[in-house]
Amino acid sequence: MSKKVIYGIFDDEEILLNSVKEVRSNGIVIKEVYSPFPIHGLDHVLGLKRTRLAIAAFIYGAIGCVTAIWLTYYIMILDWPMNIGGKPSFAYYLSMPAFVPVIFEMTVLFSAHLMVITYLFKCKLFPGQKSSSPDPRTTDDRFLIEIESDDEKKISSILNKTGVTEINVKEIS
Amino acid sequence: MQKESPIREPLILGDKSYHDITIDVAKPVLAKANKMWWIVFGISLILFVWWILSVGYTIGTGIGVWGLNKTVGWAWDITNFVWWVGIGHAGTLISAVLLLFRQKWRLSINRSAEAMTIFAVVQAGTFPLLHMGRPWLAYWVFPIPNNFGSLWVNFNSPLLWDVFAISTYFSVSFVFWYVGLIPDFAMIRDKVNEKYWPLRKKVYSILSFGWSGRAKDWQRFEEVSLVLAGLATPLVFSVHSIVSFDFATSVIPGWHTTIFPPYFVAGAVFSGFAMVQTLLLVMRKVVGLEAYITIKHVEYMNIVIMLTGNLVGIAYLTELFMAWYSGVEFEQYAFLNRATGPYWWAYWIMMTCNVISPQLMWFKKLRTNIVFTFILALFVNIGMWFERFVIIVTSIHRDYLPSSWTMFSPTFVDIGIFVGSIGFFFVLFLLYSRTFPVIAQAELKTIVKSSSEKYKSKRHE
Repeated sequence: MSKKVIYGIFDDEEILLNSVKEVRSNGIVIKEVYSPFPIHGLDHVLGLKRTRLAIAAFIYGAIGCVTAIWLTYYIMILDWPMNIGGKPSFAYYLSMPAFVPVIFEMTVLFSAHLMVITYLFKCKLFPGQKSSSPDPRTTDDRFLIEIESDDEKKISSILNKTGVTEINVKEIS
Repeated sequence: MQKESPIREPLILGDKSYHDITIDVAKPVLAKANKMWWIVFGISLILFVWWILSVGYTIGTGIGVWGLNKTVGWAWDITNFVWWVGIGHAGTLISAVLLLFRQKWRLSINRSAEAMTIFAVVQAGTFPLLHMGRPWLAYWVFPIPNNFGSLWVNFNSPLLWDVFAISTYFSVSFVFWYVGLIPDFAMIRDKVNEKYWPLRKKVYSILSFGWSGRAKDWQRFEEVSLVLAGLATPLVFSVHSIVSFDFATSVIPGWHTTIFPPYFVAGAVFSGFAMVQTLLLVMRKVVGLEAYITIKHVEYMNIVIMLTGNLVGIAYLTELFMAWYSGVEFEQYAFLNRATGPYWWAYWIMMTCNVISPQLMWFKKLRTNIVFTFILALFVNIGMWFERFVIIVTSIHRDYLPSSWTMFSPTFVDIGIFVGSIGFFFVLFLLYSRTFPVIAQAELKTIVKSSSEKYKSKRHE
């Protein structure tokens, strides 16, 4: 039997959530879910792991902070110490309070930009990328479950039972 | 699904389904502009041309064409800079601070407020750039290894902190805005008919970065939005604090005060919300978004205006008290001179517009009235411009030596750059309102079931 892709299309996110639960409890692997907006609790029902982007953002922020400390130290103390307004740059700990704004801004700058770059990279989003959604209505008001299987009947019956509005089947290979 | 109290007023009026929201947001992008849009755009474009001419003249001849003199070395340029940066703050406040506080009403206004932020910061950035006199050397403000005489930048200087603050603020706001825009650009991409609009399809495909709304993408999207909001919140407070350090770290009477950072931040939010009101009250009418930007939204924003207006009022009174209580005669003179000196009229315009007029917002009838809100927002914008003018010019026009005492009068170039920057701002905003999804529709759809009129009344039955 040839493999098929089954698209179950829903018009309500709560029905979709129940359907995802039902499909997964039958031991069927859901390849992907497409939706026009974030659905509360979907990642949990699908069994997705928590994203680690926030941890990444913290690390990036720490890198930014260290970079700024090094930059201010190198420029103001090490490379060319200057006597500015009768306040000479003797030691870093004496001049440091004046560098706090820059250290803070650099922390935010690194953290925000590197996190967004990581996000775009992980989601494979970039100019020129094509949408992978099988149905353009998924950015409007439709929710789509994508299942790869050879048992079309079983899946259709589960989807129909849980209130699917439309089922499309595509043969692959 | 989240539930909301039935007593709370709905945030989306009428019988709106997910599809209706899509259509309402895509409509202004896909339809032709109406006459009103062209008229306003034409006027803005004329002002923008005036701006280009004034800027060209300034760069070509030097900043001697401005009205500055030896005593008043900072005047309209820095007034306009602080005014525009302050206006920008409301956008970040709406999108970041209200996100952290889980305020759902932000969803129908955050996109336009953030657009306003970005366009306002663009305007703000032009003023210090022009005041440099030789803007082509602007890259000297960055710490770049060099061998042309002057060595490194000075990290002790609040003006350099400003460089870092403003550039971080601009770029992070832009990224925050764009992350939210990606799913909405994808919606427009999927709504454009390729047969009739092949170019548009292509442009929105590129802008949407190939967004397809996978479950994992949405999970990451929410995380990124939350962390960006967490970063943008301290950032927005730091930016105007640092702007206020430009004054507060100096030794000029009237500038050298420790209350400047909170005072400036409150003023920034105050003027920013007034500008959001000015823009959105017109936009909701022209683009037909009355169902999404409701009277309730207007009222919430008016409450913020009232609150921050009172904070600013307290700051004004604290300044006066501290001037008297400090016992420093120069400080006392600076404030006496503000209120009764040659610039008394500017001081009292500021007091009337910023402290007295927001008190009218205590009346529910007035703060839910569209016409009244629009007029009051204009008053606040004018008042906040005068606040910066008063702080800057009245503090320095009476120098330490009475022989240097002078007045400031703007030239037509000063006026051209200021009025022109408003034109420039409106050109950007009007173009935005025709080509961008002006409401964060993807996120707005998440509150349809909890906060729309349709579902609220259904649940009530």
